[in-house]
Amino acid sequence: MNANSPMERLSNGIIKENPTFVLMLGMCPTLAVTTSATNGVGMGLTTMVILAASNLMISLLRNFIPDRVRMPAFIVVVASFVTIVQLLLEGFIPSLYDSLGLYIPLIVVNCIILGRAESYASKNPPVPSLFDGIGMGLGFTLSITCIGAVREILGAGQLFGKQILPLADAAAGKIGFEPITIFILAPGAFFVLAFLSALQNKFKLGAAKRGIDPSNPDCGGSCASCGNSMCKGKRG
Amino acid sequence: MKELLIIGIGAALVNNVVLSQFLGLCPFLGVSKKIDTAAGMGAAVIFVITLSSFVTSLIYNFILIPTNLTYLQTIVFILIIAALVQFVEMFLKKAMPPLYQALGVYLPLITTNCAVLGVAIINVQKDYNVLQGTINGFATAVGFTIAIVLMAGLREKIEYNDIPKSFQGFPIVLLTAGLMAIAFFGFSGLI
Repeated sequence: MNANSPMERLSNGIIKENPTFVLMLGMCPTLAVTTSATNGVGMGLTTMVILAASNLMISLLRNFIPDRVRMPAFIVVVASFVTIVQLLLEGFIPSLYDSLGLYIPLIVVNCIILGRAESYASKNPPVPSLFDGIGMGLGFTLSITCIGAVREILGAGQLFGKQILPLADAAAGKIGFEPITIFILAPGAFFVLAFLSALQNKFKLGAAKRGIDPSNPDCGGSCASCGNSMCKGKRG
Repeated sequence: MKELLIIGIGAALVNNVVLSQFLGLCPFLGVSKKIDTAAGMGAAVIFVITLSSFVTSLIYNFILIPTNLTYLQTIVFILIIAALVQFVEMFLKKAMPPLYQALGVYLPLITTNCAVLGVAIINVQKDYNVLQGTINGFATAVGFTIAIVLMAGLREKIEYNDIPKSFQGFPIVLLTAGLMAIAFFGFSGLI
């Protein structure tokens, strides 16, 4: 595939540089809003729209923004799109607006968005940047939907709000699934992500043993900008 | 007075910013390898969050509300925070070099700490006045410091343990954080 072609950008965002599982960016919303798969989809798509729009805008403006003030300029662009999306959600999808609450304005400080702006959109033409944003956004959506689905199934026996595991009913003497409530509470978020990333480590170790080079992107250069020192620790 | 105390305890322990609201996870996971760096980060966060929650609630209550511009809060807050961090950095460098030496490396990292913006927005959502907002900011930051210092202490011990290969690094830290979150549930009886 051509580098920077739309398809290459999409698959890069979804698989090769998946923002959640590979780059480990944007942890706050990843853990906070994934109490159900529906919330995961909502948060993911919201982030994707903002990411694609701000990537496009920053790429269009990349020759006009002086290098010294690029960070504040990027933040203003992102914050404007976040405000627009927040008002739209409040007006048209109030239920999603209520369940995401505080975490919609906090998309501004999501490392993924500033990271992509700094490491990709500010150096590349508009069309690849747009697709880069969509790809990264889809990757983010897929991963947080997975986390949300695991938590929802274990914590409530539901998937996308539908009961898929029949619940136990002690009064009627029915044997069934006993919801493990801890998984929709705060600690569950940490546990699920811990096990998912341990699984991922396991696959990487296996791949390394078989002599396949495990994908090891160098944080896309984005960590320096987002201040995610976690990755620096991993690198060093 | 009693009400302020409740806000404080609630923000520092019961609704701990890291362990129950998931704000400020990046520094919590990243800078928690050693107790002294964790304490340094905590001190910097207390300083910046207290100051920024004071300034943001001042501006929200006395500029944005009278001029009916409350929908601009996200943009205004993030700009204030970014400018404030820069300003604090320059001020400390000139006026208090020892403190700057101690906090210097952590200050730039704080702009992207979502706890700072999070507190400013929580203050707005809960209709806190300037005093309540400042107390809430201070207590939230104290909660962050408690969590990150405890985490660093645990991680220093974990270093010497025999951890399964696939759990080394990030996963074991997350598991520890999960257990800490369960422990912090114990505080929910306080208020």
